[in-house]
Amino acid sequence: MADKLHFNLVSPEKELFSGDVDMVEAPGVEGAFGVLPNHAPFMTVLLPGVVKVKTGGDEKRIFVRGGFAEVTPLGLTILAEEAIPVADLSRDMIAERIKNAEQDLADADATLETKLAAETTLTRMKELQAAL
Amino acid sequence: MPSLKALKNRIASVKSTKKITKAKQMVAAAKLRRAEERARESRPYTERMEGVLANLAASAKDNPNAPALLRGTGADKTHLLIVATADKGLCGGFNSSIVRLARERIVKLQGEGKTVKIITVGRKGNDQLKRLYGELIVWKTNFVEIRQIGFKEAQEIASKVLSMFDAGEFDVATLFYGRFKSVVSQVPTAQQIIPAVAPEGVETPDLKGAVYDYEPEEDAILKALLPRYAAVQVFRALLENVASEQAASMSAMDNATRNAGDMIDKLTLQYNRARQAQITKELIEIISGAEAL
Repeated sequence: MADKLHFNLVSPEKELFSGDVDMVEAPGVEGAFGVLPNHAPFMTVLLPGVVKVKTGGDEKRIFVRGGFAEVTPLGLTILAEEAIPVADLSRDMIAERIKNAEQDLADADATLETKLAAETTLTRMKELQAAL
Repeated sequence: MPSLKALKNRIASVKSTKKITKAKQMVAAAKLRRAEERARESRPYTERMEGVLANLAASAKDNPNAPALLRGTGADKTHLLIVATADKGLCGGFNSSIVRLARERIVKLQGEGKTVKIITVGRKGNDQLKRLYGELIVWKTNFVEIRQIGFKEAQEIASKVLSMFDAGEFDVATLFYGRFKSVVSQVPTAQQIIPAVAPEGVETPDLKGAVYDYEPEEDAILKALLPRYAAVQVFRALLENVASEQAASMSAMDNATRNAGDMIDKLTLQYNRARQAQITKELIEIISGAEAL
């Protein structure tokens, strides 16, 4: 394991992770993807979901709510709008988000885009709820 | 010459003022440390975002289909000024200097025959602007009830601004805030956020000849990125504003404490002189009374 991937996870409020890892799995908008060291330059939008960070045999799981991932020769950077380690995530928080998304969806005034976004969130959060 | 009693009262009152300003100064110092910390923590995100945007904007520059948030509406008729100030006073000229900068801009724009709309963030700016430009203020918000400004608040402001932009209510948006240069220097700053100005001087990583792979395509990413970039800029401005406010407050209160100290010294001197003068007067009265006998 000579090669390591440099990974940064930042949210507007702070830097959550910075260091060398073996592999990162993230939920891209066009499907989940994994990034290994020496990945080609690549950029994508993220869906709400869990980012898995693998170092040696260790796996860290962090929930991100939307954002961007960028791979450069320097490493992978995830710009998350909000990021919470899965260990700190509680059922109540997820339930609340599901409720919010359902409200957005039920809101008749909302634009099509908001509704689409709410629906995506809803599906993803339900998956997460089932996984916990 | 004020009476001894009056002098004594004044000294007591200046002393309690000094205690208050001293306490306020210490509170501001503690809050400043926290605000600086938060500003520092948000920096990596902003820097990365700028890097990504600079990258994308460079390739989208010549694209006529680039999103309006980057390209602009093509017009320059209606300007939106977002004036971010503090909710509280007791921070020297901090709020006034931001408002002054905004006011100069308003006068200039109106002189050029352009329409001006204002959004005020923070109570003090609203108080100062509504007297002159009350009819121009289209929206106002403040954080009086919020202990710590988070990204959520910034996003709220940004989404309001963006929905106005989508509705064609303005062409150019400029953000006014106090940039935190150092503890002793806060610079009122105007920053254009819409159309987005691609950050300059950002180092883009050397791709060694490789080509970026975008998923979905560039335009879609840019469309998703630009509104967030606006929110990030608002967030950074708010954080800098908090740090600047506390720094300004700290130095204003430091000055006030020092002034109060000087005043106490002066009044004490005056009090002692008056007391001595009175004693001398009484002595003279007693002596001359004794001589007369």
